[in-house]
Amino acid sequence: MNEAPPPKAPESSNDDAHPGVPLFRTWGAVYAFVIGFFVLVVVVLAVFSHVFA
Amino acid sequence: MSPIDWIVLVGTMVGIAAYGAWRTRHTNTLNTYLKGSASTQWGTIGLSVLATQASAITFLSIPGQGFENGIGFVQNYFGLPLALIIVCAVFLPIYRRLGVYTAYEYLGLRFDQKTRLLGAVLFLLQRGLAAGVTIYAPAIILSTVLGWRLDLTIVCTGSLVVVYTVTGGSAAVSLTQKWQMGVIFGGMVTAFVVLLMRLPDGLGFNGAAHVAGAMGKLQAVDVSLDPERRYTLWSGLLGGLFLSLSYFGTDQSQVQRYIGGASLREGRLGLMFNAIVKIPMQFFILLLGALVFVFYQFQPAPVFFNRVEWQRHAEGPDGATFRAIESKHAALHVAKQEKIKTWLELREKGDATAESTARAEMVAANGATDAVRKEAKAALVAADPRAQTKDSDYVFIGFILSQLPHGAIGLLVAVMIAAALGSKASELNALSTTTTVDLWRHFRPLAAHDEGRNVRVAKWFTAFWGIFAIGFALFASFAENLIEAINILGSIFYGVVLGIFLVAFFMRKIGGTAVFWGAVIAQAFIFALYFLRHRYPVLDISYLWYNLIGCAACVMLSLLLQLVLPPARPAIAGHSH
Repeated sequence: MNEAPPPKAPESSNDDAHPGVPLFRTWGAVYAFVIGFFVLVVVVLAVFSHVFA
Repeated sequence: MSPIDWIVLVGTMVGIAAYGAWRTRHTNTLNTYLKGSASTQWGTIGLSVLATQASAITFLSIPGQGFENGIGFVQNYFGLPLALIIVCAVFLPIYRRLGVYTAYEYLGLRFDQKTRLLGAVLFLLQRGLAAGVTIYAPAIILSTVLGWRLDLTIVCTGSLVVVYTVTGGSAAVSLTQKWQMGVIFGGMVTAFVVLLMRLPDGLGFNGAAHVAGAMGKLQAVDVSLDPERRYTLWSGLLGGLFLSLSYFGTDQSQVQRYIGGASLREGRLGLMFNAIVKIPMQFFILLLGALVFVFYQFQPAPVFFNRVEWQRHAEGPDGATFRAIESKHAALHVAKQEKIKTWLELREKGDATAESTARAEMVAANGATDAVRKEAKAALVAADPRAQTKDSDYVFIGFILSQLPHGAIGLLVAVMIAAALGSKASELNALSTTTTVDLWRHFRPLAAHDEGRNVRVAKWFTAFWGIFAIGFALFASFAENLIEAINILGSIFYGVVLGIFLVAFFMRKIGGTAVFWGAVIAQAFIFALYFLRHRYPVLDISYLWYNLIGCAACVMLSLLLQLVLPPARPAIAGHSH
């Protein structure tokens, strides 16, 4: 009979701190970029609607 | 479909399924079977999350939405990026830190077993009911337009997904979804290019967009505060935020896609990939529908796009009525074409006054054809009260079959089926995991330590849910507007489930008993709102608001009940952020 493994060991908090993405040193910067991109998309959609209305 | 279409269709679908089953055939550890490979990278996670949400209905109904009502539906996704950030920052680290298999397992650790069971049962109820729809929706449309047998379509697509999901579990689901998304992206770009090539000479994308815009199809952002309007910036931001937060944060079919993987970083980047890609992707699909609308302004357009349903009645005893409606529509359609051409010419000349008049006449002509389309639907209902009157789901597939070259038709039908398989696989995987971990292991605690038996049980539950979904799809009769039916069903349950999770994450002093009864009362309240909406028009609000109301009611009631209940036990050790 195989024994089921215990739940996974807790992960290192270093993983949490550094996204490992060029130009982004923290996850906060990644989230800020995503929000900025979303705002840009909404603005572009609003402009698109206005131009072709 | 020609032989080359069949080769493309069967080759891609069976090829991807066989590849997924073969690559994951040795999956025998519970962790890999339920969470996927521990080396999965963010790209695979991101595509898997995207494929789980993008069902076949996405590619059948959403272009139809763009055709019928314009691209305003895109606002439904405005809450999604912020929701995914919250999931990344709060939900995901806790799930990974605790090493749970399901989101509901976390509720058991944070509160108690009854709250865990409530969360699991609400998920199984909602997702189990939707399971039949996700397999039935593409099958009914594809079988109608392609002349396939409905039961065989359901059984073949259902069996294909069951085989590789049972064999490789979550690892097979992620692997196949990556390739299925490749087929989907390739197919949609092909459709877009062909559509642009089929537009009248000299019109181009710019001219087509101006026609669509003048007809009111390109209103992407609506800032109206009217609560009766279904899709506005505000309902999208608020209702969409709560819908997305509950879907991505608490629905096991999504949670399962990102809690595995090589590290927390991979899960987060996979979700951020979705936060960036989702809105442009939905916009693109809706825009396809709006451009198909323009295409049909310059071509003979059917008065009713579900041709099989229409012909069935046109050849019946009321055939004369249907033929008269068809003739009337054809004449008005030709007149409208002339108005559009006149408007385009005046627009080119830059005569603002004449252009404005021509535009008003063009819009009026469009209103006249729309009125005949409504008349056609009324005639269908008069001839047969059970007739299917929603034809927008047939617009895009009709365009594909009549306008795309052979080979591309097979590819686009493969897009629909790939999307159906991808979302279905996640669903089966999640239903099986929740049933195994939250129900079976709960009632058989001694068996929980036997890993081999756990994997076998999980495989049996996957097969069970697959057969259940196929059976449900074969014998049930579903609502016509399938994408809305699924969204409404989700919204009825998601708000309360999200409320339970928000209390769990952010309100440490509230215990299991308070949140359990708070959730039960809040769910009853949402049921009342939904079922009494026809009797009391004041309750007839956009279903997106159910997410917010259900969540707020659950949180408030939990707070109130905790005031009169004994203090909660301390939260679990791993629950710090």
